[in-house]
Amino acid sequence: MAKKSMKIRAKEQGGVVTVKALITHPMETGQRKDSKTGETIPAHYIQEVTCKTGDTTVMSALFSGGVSKNPYVSFKYAGKKGDALTMSWSDNQGDSDSIEVKVG
Amino acid sequence: MNIKRRVFLKGSMATGTLGVAAAAGLLSPTAVLAAWPEAAFKAKKVDEVLTNLMGSSEMSDSAEIKIKAPDIAENGTVVPISVTTTMSGIESIAIVVANNPSPLVASFNPGAGAEGFVSTRIKMGKTSDVIAVVKADGKLHSARKEVKVTIGGCGG
Repeated sequence: MAKKSMKIRAKEQGGVVTVKALITHPMETGQRKDSKTGETIPAHYIQEVTCKTGDTTVMSALFSGGVSKNPYVSFKYAGKKGDALTMSWSDNQGDSDSIEVKVG
Repeated sequence: MNIKRRVFLKGSMATGTLGVAAAAGLLSPTAVLAAWPEAAFKAKKVDEVLTNLMGSSEMSDSAEIKIKAPDIAENGTVVPISVTTTMSGIESIAIVVANNPSPLVASFNPGAGAEGFVSTRIKMGKTSDVIAVVKADGKLHSARKEVKVTIGGCGG
């Protein structure tokens, strides 16, 4: 947890902010088997990603294990330069992290 | 001495933020479990997914939804998908892969001022239709695109 698990970029153009984010996460589906021991690797994936400016939620996403490892998320919303944007995630094992970025 | 003091300050600051993060982590799982529709994510059929997630499985094809995905994905573990829609009143955008063990991959709920655009990368077990379901003004609209997968990305 000490190391930041996320990278985020937000850029405004013509009143529309494009957000691109990368999260470092194993995203285990719970279906894969360990090739050496033959045991199933327990599911470990992000369930919820929320993006806010101030108190307004601009996007919330629900994920399953079907999203690729180290998920990439991108979306657009109407906003302006200089706004502070907070993105946070939480997974099925209770881990979570968040990051803040200024819209540029 | 000074350097040590600096390090100490840094250290205590770091633990401070960690503490806050841990507190948030302790609080959020219950909230997540309440919001995360387990039935929809555990469903094995597209109809079940939609009934559990959006309350109905009746959807109409729409030309206003565009899926950008490769025709052939060599590696099923990373398939880039973008969904764009020009509809108004969007309540949610779901990405469903018909032939995956759990078809519902992700569900996006755009908030205030969000545009009809989402992009992410998904796993695909085998060649399948990728279905983008958009709920707008209480109705379901969909678009689909077949993606051929050479090497599957769901376990095995």
